[in-house]
Amino acid sequence: MDLKVKQVTRIDGAKEALFLPAIFTGLRLTINHFWRNLFGAKDVVTVSYPEEKRHISTRWRGRHRLTRRENGFLSCVACYMCETVCPSKCIHIEAGEHPDLSVEKYPVVFDIDELRCVFCGLCVEACPKDAIRMDSGVISLAYTSRQTFNYTRDLLRDSYDPKAHSNPKYEDIDLPSPTNRAAALPNSKGVPAS
Amino acid sequence: MDILLEIIMIPAVLALIKIVVIILLFALPLGTLLTLMERKWSAMIQDRVGPNRANIGSFTGHGLLHLAADGLKSIFKEDCIPRGANKFLYLLAPFFGMISAVAIFSIIPIAGPIGDFTFQVADVEPGLLFIFAITSLSVYGAVLAGYSSNSKFALLGGTRASAQMISYEVFMGLALMGVFMVYGTTRVSGIVDGQNEYWFGNLIPMWGVFTQPLGFILFFTALVAETKRPPFDAPEGESELVAGYFLEYSGMRWSAFMLAEYIAIVGVSVLMTTLFFGGYHVPWLHLWESAPQWLVTILQIIKFSIVTIFFCWFQIQLRWTVPKFRFDQTMSLGWKKLLPLSLLNLFVTAFVILAFA
Ligand code: SF4
Ligand code: SF4
Repeated sequence: MDLKVKQVTRIDGAKEALFLPAIFTGLRLTINHFWRNLFGAKDVVTVSYPEEKRHISTRWRGRHRLTRRENGFLSCVACYMCETVCPSKCIHIEAGEHPDLSVEKYPVVFDIDELRCVFCGLCVEACPKDAIRMDSGVISLAYTSRQTFNYTRDLLRDSYDPKAHSNPKYEDIDLPSPTNRAAALPNSKGVPAS
Repeated sequence: MDILLEIIMIPAVLALIKIVVIILLFALPLGTLLTLMERKWSAMIQDRVGPNRANIGSFTGHGLLHLAADGLKSIFKEDCIPRGANKFLYLLAPFFGMISAVAIFSIIPIAGPIGDFTFQVADVEPGLLFIFAITSLSVYGAVLAGYSSNSKFALLGGTRASAQMISYEVFMGLALMGVFMVYGTTRVSGIVDGQNEYWFGNLIPMWGVFTQPLGFILFFTALVAETKRPPFDAPEGESELVAGYFLEYSGMRWSAFMLAEYIAIVGVSVLMTTLFFGGYHVPWLHLWESAPQWLVTILQIIKFSIVTIFFCWFQIQLRWTVPKFRFDQTMSLGWKKLLPLSLLNLFVTAFVILAFA
């Protein structure tokens, strides 16, 4: 394959040596921007986080959540698929027998160390039961202690009662669903959720 | 009341009051405000938001509180002196820049005289030569800071600063020579009054920018180089010298350098206003003969401020527009292009004056 060579002709001459025409061209550009943004910041595309949050796609791999069956039990059958596939070995599951016979096997312990997680989404793909998903909409996890990053089963469980748990930063608003997205992402400048 | 007035009218006291008013109410606030405005305006130029987070409760003042935050921060920061630094010179250096920046304002009239009272600290006979003498002092600020910090980067910055400022001073003087010739004086009030005359009846005011267009560009370039701002910021050379000559400074002393730079911007602006844009004279105001004195003075101050602020803005706009000159380019521009041009300007001016006057 031939290399594409772009010949750039060097501009010389009195006009270039004067600098002034070039400076005025540049000034015209910058003054244009300055003038447009002087009243009302028209060209500014900055999203003023955290007052404004961008719309995030449902495919975004955020913090995990454990889905539920229709009767409210966790969908997870503790098959260890996700734990096995996880490249960073951050899922820890302990299986147990459920008293309810319709459930049979269920995770007694289901911890994800979100600090070690690389958000690859392999666990979601591996799950045969669609029990683990990463569409919780939580895009930033910021805490001050390592312990808080260890998400236990109850924290990962879908729509749990935040007051019953002691993770202070976890708020309902962090869980946008297609129905509450408008409330969850106030002032969103991004593409409106469909 | 009478005694108070008498005390005020003692020349020394009066000069002191003028110094306080002009420097504390004009130069310093404008310079301080520019530190914020540079960030705000550059944000507008680059489609950014700019500083807007400093707040008291929910009040941010569109970033105005950053001024207070910056000031407080630099007061409480540790003032480090690097090991091996020449302590005396190191502590002394920031003052040179500051003094030379502020001293420009001492000979600038911001409004026309009312009777014996002038809106000018001192109307000295050498006038602008005094300015040259004082602005040369700011070289010492840069050189001493670079020399005394015991840092290679700072030393390089200081060397560059000295070379650049001394070479640009040469044709700064030469460029201004044309103005002296046109108005026949070095006294600032004389030059300002000379610009109150008109060509073609009352059509075009004889402003310096019209009588000395080339001189205007040359002088402005020289002054921008003198303030060591882009495109002539090789002494600070952010990309290769970190911050140049004031690299080792911290806390309030560092702020002094920064503030001096911004006051120098205001200084450049008042010089451009005074020498090339008619100073305080409002053009065509003399046509309104029955104008009350107080109104004229207020209009003059307003006109002076507007042009000054325009030039402050223009310098900042320029800084965010043009790329930096390499140091050798700075030097060759100065010696090989601008110096011959200013000599040419001088000869042409002299020729025109001889031929037509
Ligand atoms: S996203 Fe990847 S790294 Fe994170 S838990 Fe799932 S498989 Fe492990
Ligand atoms: S989340 Fe899915 S893959 Fe992981 S143990 Fe439960 S059922 Fe198996």
